[in-house]
Amino acid sequence: MSKTNTKKKKSAAIIRRNRRKAYLFLMPNFIGFIVFTLIPVAMALFYSFTNYDGNRRMDFLGLSNFLKLFHDSSFTISLRNTIVYTIGTVPLIILFSLLVSVLMNNGIKGASVYRAIMLFPHIASIVAVTVVWQFLYNAKSGPINQILRSIGVSNPPSWLSDEKTALIAVMIMIVWKGIGYYMIIYLAGLKGIPADQYEAATMDGANTWEKLIYVTVPNLRPVTFYATIMCIINSFQVFTPIYVMTKGGPGRATSVLVLKIYEDAFVNYKFGYASAEAMILFLLILIVTLIQFYHNKKLEA
Amino acid sequence: MKNMKDRNLIFTILKYAIVLALTISMLIPFLWMISASFKTNMEVFSFPIQWIPETFHFENYSNIWEISDYPKMFFNTVKLTVIITILQIITSTLAAYAFSKIVFPERNLLFLLYLATMMVPYQVVMIPQFSIIRKMGLSNTHLALILIQAFTPMGVFLIKQFFDGIPNELIEAARIDGLNEFGIYRKIMLPLSKSAMVSLAILTITATWNDFLAPLIYISDSKLYTIQLGLRNLCSEYTTEYGQIMAASVMSVIPIFVVYCLFQRFFEEGMISGAVKG
Repeated sequence: MSKTNTKKKKSAAIIRRNRRKAYLFLMPNFIGFIVFTLIPVAMALFYSFTNYDGNRRMDFLGLSNFLKLFHDSSFTISLRNTIVYTIGTVPLIILFSLLVSVLMNNGIKGASVYRAIMLFPHIASIVAVTVVWQFLYNAKSGPINQILRSIGVSNPPSWLSDEKTALIAVMIMIVWKGIGYYMIIYLAGLKGIPADQYEAATMDGANTWEKLIYVTVPNLRPVTFYATIMCIINSFQVFTPIYVMTKGGPGRATSVLVLKIYEDAFVNYKFGYASAEAMILFLLILIVTLIQFYHNKKLEA
Repeated sequence: MKNMKDRNLIFTILKYAIVLALTISMLIPFLWMISASFKTNMEVFSFPIQWIPETFHFENYSNIWEISDYPKMFFNTVKLTVIITILQIITSTLAAYAFSKIVFPERNLLFLLYLATMMVPYQVVMIPQFSIIRKMGLSNTHLALILIQAFTPMGVFLIKQFFDGIPNELIEAARIDGLNEFGIYRKIMLPLSKSAMVSLAILTITATWNDFLAPLIYISDSKLYTIQLGLRNLCSEYTTEYGQIMAASVMSVIPIFVVYCLFQRFFEEGMISGAVKG
């Protein structure tokens, strides 16, 4: 009896000692994490139920911010634009990056150079890239329209200054910028496909195309799933290129969710209302993340 | 058989055509930017595009260098990038060590908390974060940007993944040999995880260097501008100085381009290890 008691005491002492050590290591990061991540997460949820204006006023409003959101046309337009933007860019980015990574993996001379070049738009600052594209899109004298005119398009689109084409223009640039990153992820996935599967397919008389359809693409399914989820989440969060290129205009043609959150919070000082909008963004991302989570679970099972 | 050879040839040609077309389309906006940065405002939009300007107008660079106080912005951005990266690496590796190698009762619970907040996008926490920073009296300071970016859960997660791969037997043996925990961290864990630290450093450097939203929210004093913020403000102030704006854009890309050329392999590795975090 006394033996187990001392044992218990001993293990309690070890736990205490380990805990002390652990917190010493955790502390520098943990304090920052609590103050600048954890508390703000809780506060964001709280703000979303209030009319906090960043100053003194803070009344509890219940759900009224959320009810108001869906009658606020500038919010619903931003939400719709975000969804259009996501649906328009994600499939193209995934398709192009899959295509180019498969080709690059198929024995191409100078592949490492092409690869380095294609990744660069992802690394270069989005502000600089956006500024350049803004020039390229210039309706009157930008090179894109000059080229279009020179090949006989007499009335080329006004791109960023036309409500109908502004969002499309932003989307083209984003596809251009995103391909390289997802190509790198696909290339890593391609390396993981066992060579004997290709050998077996060759023995069965499969040609290049058949190997792609029956070996490569099925093996890449988890990578594709992951890349698509990440790409969707990133699209939901788009802000900088829109802010720099159009500030949401013309009209509200390119206004997206995060732009609306930013404007309401830091231009109009409607912290409560903007937080409610941010909660909708969070909800969207949460849904996508949960889909991924359960999908992974199913794969593991 | 000949048919097959033909098909292979067509495939090879097609393969190179697609890859080259994509590569060139990735390159052209950058080439256009560089070319335009040496041109007068009149020449920038002249057509057909003259890729190599007749005379190189270097004054675009010297002008923008002066009006934008580029050295100051450059220094600010480097300062922020270096401090945030160093803090991120030190605090992440320390915390990851506790999560990976020290057994304590609430370890899993705390780590789950870290994981859960990783799902929350920056745009959700930015508003309360701003209130907190303002209450601390730190709005419009670099310290604000450092504090909100140096302790991200992502860094802890990335390093912990790597630490988990280092066998516990190694740690136990070192403990028996009388090395204390900090000694194990410094003499065993850190030297073994150089590659993970480089990956994290690269991810942090690019993220900080290119960050726009946080400086936009916090910094209003032009003396404190980062390059990205400064570039964006130049564009709205000098809308018609096409050549100079392109020169400013080139200058904002060059530093990250140099780092990219030197550490290209690590960029890819960093991205892949950052990607498998899900």
